[in-house]
Amino acid sequence: MPEKKIRVLIAKPGLDGHDRGAKVIAHALRDDGMEVIYTGLRQTPQMIAEAALQEDVDVVGLSILSGAHNVLVPQVIQKLREVGKGNVFLFVGGIIPQTDIPGLLQAGVKKVYGPGTDTRKVCQDIRAAMAERQQA
Amino acid sequence: MSTELLENLKKGDRLALSRILSQVESQSEAGSQALEALFPFTGKAHKVGITGAPGAGKSSLVNALAHQLRRQQDAPRVAIIAVDPTSPFTGGALLGDRVRMPDLQQDPGVFIRSMATRGALGGLAAATEAFSQVFDAAGYDIILIETVGAGQAEVDVVNLAHTTIVVDTPGTGDDIQSIKAGILEIADILVVNKADRPGAEQSVRYLQAMLEMGYSRSSTAGHHAPEASITETLRESTRPWVPPVLKTIAIESQGIEELLEAMQAHRCYLIESGNWQVKERQALQKAIQRAIAQNLINRWQEGLSPGLFEETLQAVVERKMSPESAAQYLLEASQGL
Repeated sequence: MPEKKIRVLIAKPGLDGHDRGAKVIAHALRDDGMEVIYTGLRQTPQMIAEAALQEDVDVVGLSILSGAHNVLVPQVIQKLREVGKGNVFLFVGGIIPQTDIPGLLQAGVKKVYGPGTDTRKVCQDIRAAMAERQQA
Repeated sequence: MSTELLENLKKGDRLALSRILSQVESQSEAGSQALEALFPFTGKAHKVGITGAPGAGKSSLVNALAHQLRRQQDAPRVAIIAVDPTSPFTGGALLGDRVRMPDLQQDPGVFIRSMATRGALGGLAAATEAFSQVFDAAGYDIILIETVGAGQAEVDVVNLAHTTIVVDTPGTGDDIQSIKAGILEIADILVVNKADRPGAEQSVRYLQAMLEMGYSRSSTAGHHAPEASITETLRESTRPWVPPVLKTIAIESQGIEELLEAMQAHRCYLIESGNWQVKERQALQKAIQRAIAQNLINRWQEGLSPGLFEETLQAVVERKMSPESAAQYLLEASQGL
């Protein structure tokens, strides 16, 4: 039987138009053998949750550079729960002040990555989380 | 496999639908059981394939088509299967077709599922047909199947779809390109997208010339006035279908109404001419043959003593045996057949 592929949704909520980071991470995960669904710019929390549902992803990565993470992330989490995808491995990348990280983690984000993060670290974290999940 | 999932699928639960698609895609036991249980409920949906070169505008066209379909009265429920290639080196894939489908993401009557080819050639993934069965059983009326960016020979979609739309763009080749065998031949509808670009008229003429060559001997449709509407020309079921050549600008939704009309006309033509059943039958025949082939290969492999394949391969590498006689030898050596 073929191995279970890890499916990842990379989304950019909010209004900023800087998608370089999202594309870099999408590319890195692809090169690590994952199936990455890239949804493009200016996604609402509802659209992100809906895409996660339709694509049956295991992982959702949000790229936020607008500073609106404290508003957007809880909304995305809320919408993911509403559609029954509250169990995805959720990570956030972008410009996130240190002081905001504990709050995001508490809200349900699993990892927060700042500028300069080694993409291999992200791949490792995802694979570790998926392996753990399979054992559970 | 939980019957609960299946029950929920029939009730229209999108989460259940999504889960079942994953089970089917990973070729799990649960997936085969789901397909088994759902098969009796299939056979109703209109399956439409959209194929063409990378960057021709397939995703944008699918977006515009689905959007237009959903604006009709008694709007049909639309499923979209968007296939993108898997990297042959890493096994990963970047599935980016959703980027071009912003108009559909808030519509509960549309379900978009991206899939990677996972090594399959021919423009589709191994599980694309199974996906279309799941959507069909789940009550989706129209299934739009977008292939990977296709070159000249990725023509698998024609075995799956009732109606195949081939998307071309201005300036992609001369009349020699258009008389080659392959992708253009499978078109039920030809679309020249990005028709605001220079050379659109010329592309249309090339394609029409190609069609005339192909149909002049067998067709009596030649004396129809070219301005007769597609629908009127093609309703007469005794005539062969002559693929219309249409111009669209997908991102501006231009020409989409006409494309939709052609799609519906083709469906009517298939039903009235009896070709719908013929296509169904052919597709199912192929499905059985594929299953037999897979099954035989599995049995052959299981019945082979370990190491024998490698040994024989080595003999072939050393030119002590030809691939053909190696195959003969390995077939006879297997206990599974």
